[in-house]
Amino acid sequence: MGLFRRHSLAAIIQRIFGKKHARIGIYGPPNVGKTTLANRILRDWTGDIMGSVSDIPHETRRAKWKKNVKVENGNSSLFMDIVDTPGIATKVDYKEFMNTYGLSKEESKRRAKEATEGVIEAIRWLEDLDGILLVMDATQDPFTQVNVTILGNLEARSLPVLIAANKIDMEDSSPATLKSAFPQHPVIPISALTGYNAENLYTTMVAHFRKKRRKKRG
Amino acid sequence: MTKKDRGISVNLISRQKLEEFSSTEKLKFILKEVQNGKILVLEHGLTPMEQTNLIERTMKEIKQDTFIGIEMEGYAEDRPTFIQKILGLIKKPRMTVIGPADLLKTIRKDTDMIQTMIIPGKGAK
Repeated sequence: MGLFRRHSLAAIIQRIFGKKHARIGIYGPPNVGKTTLANRILRDWTGDIMGSVSDIPHETRRAKWKKNVKVENGNSSLFMDIVDTPGIATKVDYKEFMNTYGLSKEESKRRAKEATEGVIEAIRWLEDLDGILLVMDATQDPFTQVNVTILGNLEARSLPVLIAANKIDMEDSSPATLKSAFPQHPVIPISALTGYNAENLYTTMVAHFRKKRRKKRG
Repeated sequence: MTKKDRGISVNLISRQKLEEFSSTEKLKFILKEVQNGKILVLEHGLTPMEQTNLIERTMKEIKQDTFIGIEMEGYAEDRPTFIQKILGLIKKPRMTVIGPADLLKTIRKDTDMIQTMIIPGKGAK
C-alpha cells in the first residue's frame, strides 16, 4: 500500500513501459523546414497540417500545436503534442525582407516585429516541453551559433533531443557532417518535403522520447 | 570628431571582469556595449542558458532602424572528462565574440578559428 501511496499506478506503469504521452517541440533556426516537417508528421498521422510554409524566413511567427498525435512504432506508440515553434535567430532585419524577398516596407517591418516576438515565444516554450525535435539544414554548416546555443540549452535542461537533418533531397546536403558534428545525439537524415526516411524518423521518435523520459525519471 | 573618424571599438573583456558580474549584470553590460556599436571579445564566453537569455533580451531591444540584433560566435564548453565529473569540476565556456549584427559578420567557424568581418561603411555609434 505504501508504494501505491507514493506513486500512482499510472506512474508505475509509465516507469516500466515508458512514457505514453509527451509534448514535443520542433525547434531550429529560420528556414530549416520546421513547419514542413510538422506538416509531414501531421499529414502522415492525422491527415491534417500545421501551417503554411514559405521561402521567406520567419513564416512561422507564432507557436502552433496539435494535441494527441498518435505515432506508432510496431507494437509501441506514443501520443505527442506537437509544437511547431518560430525560428530562433540572433538578429531580425526588416530590410532583408524588402531587398531579398521583395516585400513592401510596411509588410517587412510588421514581419520583423512579429518575428522578434516569435523568437521570445519559442524560447519560453522550452519550459513546457518533454522532448525536442531539433531541425537542421543538412546543406548548411552545422556549427552555427543558433544550433550550438539551442543544443547547449537543451543539454543544460536534460531534455531529450533528436536531430532531424533535413533537406537531404538536395544535392549538396551532407547529413554525415551533422552526424559527426553532434555525435552525442541521434541524427536522422530526412526530407520533410518528399517524406524520404520519415518512417525512420517516426520509429526513432517513439523509441527515443519514450526511452529518454523513462531514463530521466528513473 | 565626426562619426566617420571615430572608427570601431573592439574591446577584449577579461575573465576577471566578467566574473565580477552576476549573470544578469553580465548580459546587461554586453547588450549595452553592443547597442553602442562595440564589438566585444569575451575571454570566457556565456553558458548556453546565458546565450539563450541574451537572445531573448536582444529580441526585446531590437529597433528596426538602429539595432537589428547581434552577431555572436564562440566555442562551447569543453566536455568534462570522467575524472572532472567525479571531482565536480565544470569547465567554463570558452572565448566568444559578440557585436552588432549590422557591423559584424561571421565568415567561417571551425574548431580552431572563428573568422569574422567588420562590415565596411559602418562606424561606431
